[in-house]
Order: sequence, then structure tokens, then C-alpha cells
Amino acid sequence: MSNGIYTEMIEKSPRIDKLYDALFQAKPEVVADRAVLLTESYKQTEDLPMITRRALAFAHILENIPITIRDNELVVGSTCLKSRSCQLFPEFSFQWILDELDTMGTRSADPFYVSEETKEKIREVCKYWKGKTTSEFATSLMGKETLLAIEHNIFTTGNYFYNGVGHVTVAYGKVLEVGFEGIAKEAAEELVKCKVSDADYVTKSAFLKAVIICCDAACKYAERYSALATEMAQNCNDPIRKQELLTIAQNCKRVPRKGATSFYEACQSFWFVQMLIQTESNGHSVSPGRFDQYMNPYFKADLDKGAITREFGQELVDCLWIKLNDMNKIRDAASAEGFAGYSLFQNLIAGGQDSQGLDATNDMSYMCINATMHVLLPQPSFSVRVWNKSPHEFLIRAAELTRTGVGLPAYYNDEVIIPALVNRGLTLEDARDYNIIGCVEPQKAGKTDGWHDAAFFNMCRPLELVFSNGVDKGVQISKKTGDVAEMSTFEQFYDAYKTQTSYMIELMVNADNAIDVAHAQRCPLPFLSGMIDNCIEKGKSAQEGGAVYNFTGPQGFGVANMADSLYAVKQLVFDQKKITMAELKEALDNNYGYGMDDDKAQQLTVGIMAGLKERGIEITEKLIAEVYNNIKGQNTGKYQHILDLINQVPKFGNDNDDVDSFARDVAYTYTRPLETYKNPRGGVYQAGLYPVSANVPLGKQTGATPDGRLAYTPVADGVSPSAGKDINGPTASANSVSKLDHYIASNGTLFNMKFHPSALKGRAGLESFVSLIRGYFDQKGSHVQFNVVSKETLKDAQANPDKYRGLVVRVAGYSALFTTLSKSLQDDIINRTEQGGF
Amino acid sequence: MENYLDQKGRVFNVQKFSIHDGPGIRTIIFLKGCFLRCKWCCNPESQSHEIQQMTVGGVTKTVGEDVTVREMIEKILKDRIYYRRSGGGVTLSGGEMLYQPEFSSALLRACKENGISTAVESTACASFDKIEKCLPYIDYYLMDIKHFNSDKHKQFTGQPNELILENARKIAKSDVELIIRVPVIPTFNDTVEEITDIAKFAKTLDGVKELHLLPYHAFGSDKYKGLGRKYLMEDIVAPASEKMEQLKSAVENCGLKCQIGG
Repeated sequence: MSNGIYTEMIEKSPRIDKLYDALFQAKPEVVADRAVLLTESYKQTEDLPMITRRALAFAHILENIPITIRDNELVVGSTCLKSRSCQLFPEFSFQWILDELDTMGTRSADPFYVSEETKEKIREVCKYWKGKTTSEFATSLMGKETLLAIEHNIFTTGNYFYNGVGHVTVAYGKVLEVGFEGIAKEAAEELVKCKVSDADYVTKSAFLKAVIICCDAACKYAERYSALATEMAQNCNDPIRKQELLTIAQNCKRVPRKGATSFYEACQSFWFVQMLIQTESNGHSVSPGRFDQYMNPYFKADLDKGAITREFGQELVDCLWIKLNDMNKIRDAASAEGFAGYSLFQNLIAGGQDSQGLDATNDMSYMCINATMHVLLPQPSFSVRVWNKSPHEFLIRAAELTRTGVGLPAYYNDEVIIPALVNRGLTLEDARDYNIIGCVEPQKAGKTDGWHDAAFFNMCRPLELVFSNGVDKGVQISKKTGDVAEMSTFEQFYDAYKTQTSYMIELMVNADNAIDVAHAQRCPLPFLSGMIDNCIEKGKSAQEGGAVYNFTGPQGFGVANMADSLYAVKQLVFDQKKITMAELKEALDNNYGYGMDDDKAQQLTVGIMAGLKERGIEITEKLIAEVYNNIKGQNTGKYQHILDLINQVPKFGNDNDDVDSFARDVAYTYTRPLETYKNPRGGVYQAGLYPVSANVPLGKQTGATPDGRLAYTPVADGVSPSAGKDINGPTASANSVSKLDHYIASNGTLFNMKFHPSALKGRAGLESFVSLIRGYFDQKGSHVQFNVVSKETLKDAQANPDKYRGLVVRVAGYSALFTTLSKSLQDDIINRTEQGGF
Repeated sequence: MENYLDQKGRVFNVQKFSIHDGPGIRTIIFLKGCFLRCKWCCNPESQSHEIQQMTVGGVTKTVGEDVTVREMIEKILKDRIYYRRSGGGVTLSGGEMLYQPEFSSALLRACKENGISTAVESTACASFDKIEKCLPYIDYYLMDIKHFNSDKHKQFTGQPNELILENARKIAKSDVELIIRVPVIPTFNDTVEEITDIAKFAKTLDGVKELHLLPYHAFGSDKYKGLGRKYLMEDIVAPASEKMEQLKSAVENCGLKCQIGG
């Protein structure tokens, strides 16, 4: 207990283990039910407004899609008959589905089984969608320079190009309070106010009617579960389960139609909202947000009445955590690598302050920690908000969770995020009430259409364009910023980088805005929009600009690589004059002499030839062969001296003020130009600095960089220092990262740290860990998450020490950097881990 | 010395984010040079004051660097925010900080003037005037007492223990918080009797409430080879945890709080 709040662990019910086991009994599978029903409906509504068609299709799906109640479930509602299976959404894109139908089951990242029968249905359905998807429409809206830049992997907008947008937190609390009947009533009242002669009557009335259709469909869908539960109860011989089913039947009859009258009903109502949003559209990162805030009042009321025990309350929360892992989504093969791990990024956050600026940590905040410890599953993406008045015990409990190695929670800093959001135009009250979407993106729930994951922008690629004078694989895809070898000052070089970056940002904005318009016109979402202010009042969907706050947040990554690269160029080429730009360019073109595969060598040769031709040099077969062999060749050691020089230059991540302030400035080359643009929903662009897991696949498309990074290896993740470059321990690394401007990257920054469980050993370990987080946040870092590493990682660290130079382990009476320890000691620590325990 | 910040000293390592040597998050400064030659020493490179070359894992590095207090305090201040959040600070370790009393005193003073908490890990095997120079700037004195029998002490560490015990009494009378630490070394002091002797003595010291037992480990053995020296404790195995628990009880029976590990 602390301040009357119950902070203790509550025991896990055996039911949760059974539900957990059931979750993994079947392989993830693609099913066609939704796609078939959607297409049926669309074929019958071709002469209606799009918003109406969307609502009718939603209703048709909910009326007919197969439903099930799984064994042992207390909270019901599943998108598919089998756990972790997924529906398809051909209205966004289908070509990749057809192309990959036979490889989905066997691909390396996130495979999904597809039955022959399903394949047949999908092929049939897709015939209808040719020319009708958001992706095809978006392509037609993009400029040709933009399409070229995408083709050349400068940035990727694949996420919303292929899929729904998601990335939203609706007003869950409102549904819990008034039910969908209440929302429909609100729409109906607005409709009464409309006059047929109003300029926007046609669109507004169509939208409001669509909202009413969707609300009604959701209520009826729940009633199907009520009927199913009643039927199952009749056939059930186990008296306990029978009673459970009858209660489920009762719950689903009442919610989400009406407001919840108990915590159990609130859980069921929450779940229908969560799963139905993901039935209307397949956007991921549909984030429950401040679950502890909108759920706790129902729990406390029941507790005060003596209507619930803490144990049963916890069991219900645990059931929801399992349900959040029951849903799934298939992505195209390339995107699956960027979002690896079947993740839906349903971010759920606990703690922090309320809209009045008072600490809001409550019983439910701790129950969220308990639930995550009970299930140890990736969903929800569990986060905690930290501010100067966060209860110490809350952070200690969170640190205990971190210590399990599950990689959760992520920690967010109110002291940075609130002013950053105010700077973007949120009211102070709304900013204080923020939650996190997806990975790290802050916003105000129920009022925002944030487009938080709008693109990945690879900050390394514009630098490649500086070295190639705007040419990529032989094609002039960007501006000519001049021959690098001719540049006489660092400022000239840096300006060229800024020019290339700014130009590519312009094209990325064009791509995002095209996709934005495509969604508004082809896939407005009336069900979702009914739960976002002020869609009903404005009479338009969130996709058409109905939300109070509208943003587009494409994220840049590779800050550390660019900081280290530009700093190395400044030091070695311009200040110390140890190498010439021509020498550096040659070393980069040849991947520092480390060779590469045939395809890459060929691509690069083409690029270099085009560059030479441009300069009037005659291209001969002999020259081509020479360059090709040179590039492809094995490590000759020819460029090793350059690599050695680069390695001696200080790197970001070591609390070196010179390099760190440089990194701050480099981040601005992305964040500053971006914030000048506007989106079609009437909002502005804001930058994020995080890569999800795209730093690996997109690194594969990036040549060698002047920080000594070899071609096609991963780019640095988030705002973290490049792997293995931060060699002065966690405090130095955190200090460096905190020197970036986290306020301006208001779409979120991501800082990964690695720890060995032993560093968190005992109460003292937890205390130090919490102090480290507090210290980083005192210095205005925005987010941090921790990988508490396993023995496998330690073995890898032993084999590849350069990759793990920042890894902290506890040794005997002290902690140390793992890679600085002797082999025998490393073995000892690895073996110790093998024996388990902390 | 005109300005104490210009005082020079010789250190061989600065370990940041150290969380098990004194309270909170600490930066540990390892000083070069020691009066003792403990056979089990896990930092053999700390013993000689001379700058040395050591080869571990095929990599040869220079051990020891001359630095000013000013340079050290700059490094130390980079983590001040973490000291404040955790109740941590700086720990001088070694080697032996009393081997370089002018430097240690100046560095500790600089810490205090910047509001940073200080701890020292010391054997106190030096004339008391050297200790006195440092005492005003020390918050936690983590003092090693390795054996109560002076002959055995000399046999394993190269020095008798009379001066150490006498200094312990004097330090105990000062304002610093004194904590006694005993490395538990099989074949040297790992019997209940030997540990009890030390604990009984510790109990007589004013204000001492805690004694830490540090189990022997062989983690320094590679470094002996790296310095071209022979490791004399090769056959020794770390004490079992049951053994440590038994010794802990012995300490507690003397009326002291006891913890295993630093």
C-alpha cells in the first residue's frame, strides 16, 4: 500500500495459463471471410456515397462473419475462428496478396498458413478490386519524382500505402460510459440540427447516418455473442462454465450497446471496441492508451460495493491481455521485416499525470504491471509514464517487470512530451492527458488522427546522394549538389547534405499526402470516426479531417550514423586533412575494400559509370570490368588505413560534447524542414526519430557510410548510438542521447539500452536502474526501453565484442562492461546465467 | 601547490555506473600504487605505482595515466545527475588512495565542493597524517581488515596489521561512516574463529555497525599472466555459499549487521 493505492502483486489465476497455452496451439492463418463479405457488400452499393458503402460493408461483415467463444474465455469476441489468425483487407491493396499467396506460409518473417480453399476465395475476390484500392489511387496521385525516390529506397511509405492507417486511440472511456447507443444518439441529434439546404448537408448527413449504422452493427454483433453464449450454456454440463457462459450472455446483451455498470462489463465493452476497430480497417497500432485511467473507476466502484475481489479483477485484466495477443495481421513480405514479430503495437500506458497536472497512478496502473508479468507476451505494448511526482514504488514495480527480460515496459517522460505537444498546438490539459501510439508516438486520445508511422526516412541515403551528385544506380533521382571532390569547405559539404535531405523530404510529403487523400476518398472509417472528437460535430470522418488534432509523422532514422559520418568527414577531410574527399569517396564506393555480392557490385558499377559519363569520361568495357572487379573484390586491405582513421574519430554515445552537439544539429536537418509542411486533413507534419525494426532491412539498401559502417549492414536504431560505438557505459550513452532535441521530434524518439539481468539484481539493482531512468529523464530524454539480455546474447557478445561494447553486466561485487572482461570471466558469467536466476 | 585542482595523480581506470561499491550509482576511480601485496589481489596492475604494460586477451595496454584533479572532476561531474537521483557519488579505490595522499585529498575535496558524496575503499595502512588529510572530505570509509593475527597478515599481504588496527580506532573516532570489509580467502581467513576475531574487534570501534564479507574470486588471475607474474592462488576455490552464510552468522553473533558482497 502507498497513499491508499494497492501496489502488490496479485496471484495469477490458473485460467490464464490455459488461455495462454490455447493461444499457441494453432499456427497463424489467413482467412477470407471478411474479404468475401466486404466484396459482396461493395458490389451491391456502387451507386452510394463512399462513407455509406463503408458503413454498410461493416454492418454486412458483422452480421455474417463466423463467431466463436473459446474455451475458458471470460471476455469474448474474436476476429477469426482460430487464435492469432487474420482477416484480409483488399480495399487497401491486394496485388501483393495475390503475388505472395503461395509464399506466405514459408517466408522467413511472420509466416501465415493459407489453405487451398482460402486461396481460391481470395483469387476470386481480388478480381473485383482491380483499380479500386487506396494504394492504386495513391500511386496515381504521386508525382513521378516521388515514385522514383520510392523506387530507389530513399524513404518508404509502404505502411499506409498497403494498409489501413490505425495508429489511433479512440475515446474508450466514452463508449464505456454511454455505449454505442449513446454515440448513435449524439449523431442522430447532430443530424436533426442539419438542414437539407446546408452546404455540407449531403456529406454531413451521409456521414452521420453511417456512424449510426456502424454503432447499431456493433451492438448487434455483440448480441450474436450473447445468443451463442446462451446456446453454449444450454449444452454445457460443467455447472461452473455454464454460469460463466450465462454471465457472458448477459454482458454481451448489455454492452457495448449501453454504458457499463460493472468492471466486468467495462472489460467486455473495451474489448469489443478494440477488436471492431481492427475489423473495420487493418491499420496497426490501435492503442488502448490510458487503460488505467478509464478502467479504474469501474473497478474501484465494484470494489467499494464489495461486488468484486482484487483477484477476479486481475483475472479479467489478464484475460484482456491474452485477447490482445489473439489478434493478428498479415503484411507484405518486405513490410513484415520492418515490423517483425507479428506485432500489432497495441500500446497501453499506465501512470503519469491527469489533465489537471496531478499524479494519476492508481490501483489499475499496478494491475497492468501484474498482468504483463502474468502473461509475458508482446501485446499489449506496455508503457509507463514517468514524471517528477511518479510514485517511487510504481517505478520499482516497473523495473521488476523490465528485469524479466520481456523488454517491457517502455518508459516515457511527461516532462518532455507534455511541452512538446503543447508546442504542436495541443491545449495544456490535452497534452497532460497524452498516451502513446504504437512504438513511441504521443498524442491525445479520442481527439487525434496522428498518422504517426507515415514513412521511414533513411537519413543515410541523402548522404549517399551527396557523394553521387544526386545519382542512384545510374539514375539522376535527386538534385545535383556538385562533385564532392571539388568541395573546399565542410559547410559546402554539409549544405549539400541539407539540400539532398530537404528535397527528399519534399517528395516524401508528396507521397504521404497522396496516400492521405486516397484514404479519405476510398476508405473513410465511420465506425472509428464516431469515437473521435469532433467528427460528429464537423460531420466528416477522421480520414477527411474530422479530428480535433491532425498530424502526419514520418520518422527518420540513422541519426547516429549521420552524426558520426559528418563529424568524421569534418575532422579527417577538412580540419585535419588526413584524407581527401576523393579518397573517401573511392573507399565508400568500394565498401572500404570489404567486397560485396554480384548484384550489389553490378548496381554500384552502373552508378559509378553514369557518374563518370556525366563528367565526360569515356566508358569502355575494360573500365567497366576494372571497376566491377574492384568493387566486388575481397578485402584487399587497400582502404584499411582510412577505416582505422575513422575509427579513431570520437563517436556519438560517449558523452563527448563536440560530437553530441553535432548529432543534435544533424537531427535538425530532418526535423526542422519537415515541420514546415501541412497535410490534407488541415494538420502539420512532425518528425519522429525511430525505426521500429526497419533499420535492419533498410540498412540492407544502404551503401557504406563515412562513419565506417560497411555497406548493407544495419543502420543505428532510433536515437541510440551505433551498435558498439558507445563504449563508456550506460550513463555516458544516455547523456549523449539526451543532448538531442527531443522536444522537436514530437512524434517520438526511441532509445534502446541493453542490460544483463544481473545489473538489476536485488532491491539495490532496481533502485540504481530507476535512478538511471530518472537521470536520463532529468536531462530531457523522451523515451527509453531496455533489453535485459540473455545468455545467448552474451555468447554472441563474446563472439562479436564490437557489437556489444556498451553491455553492462554484474560481475562479483561490481558491475562492468561485459566485453572488457577476460574470456574466462565472460564464460563464468555466461554459465552463471545458464544456472538461471538473478 | 597553488591550486589544488592542478594536483596530479596516477590512476589506471575510471569505472562509471558502478552500482555495487557504496550507495547508489557511483563513479569509481582506481588509483595506482599500494602498500600491501595481497596474494589474492584481483587488481594486480594496481599494486605498483609505476606505469606498466599489461597483455590480456592478446591486447597490450598501458596501465596508469597521470591526470590532474581538474581533469578527473570534469569526468566525474558528467554523471552528477545520476549521483543525485540515486544517492550515489564517487568512490576512490585502487590500489590504495593513501599511496597518493595529496592527490586523493585534493580529489575528494573537489568532489565535496561540487556537492558530490564520497567513499573510499582503503586498507588504512599508512601514517595517520595521510589519512587525516583526507578525512574531512570522506563520507563513507570502506576499510579492509583482512586478519587479526599480525604474523599471518604479514605472511599473506606483506605487512603487519598493527598500524591498520590503530588507524581503524582513530578513523572510528572521526565523523566519517566507517564500514569494515573482510575479503574471505580460503586457506587464509575463512574459519569461524578468524572471522569472529575480526568482527569482535570491529564491534569495539566507535560507530561501526556493519561488516561486509567479500567472498574470494579468481577474476584477476588472467591479469597476473598479463603482467608476466605468477598467480599464487591458483588452487584456491571460491567459498561455497553455505560457508559464507555460516561466517555471516558468526559476524551477526558479535552484534554487527553483516552483508555478503559489497
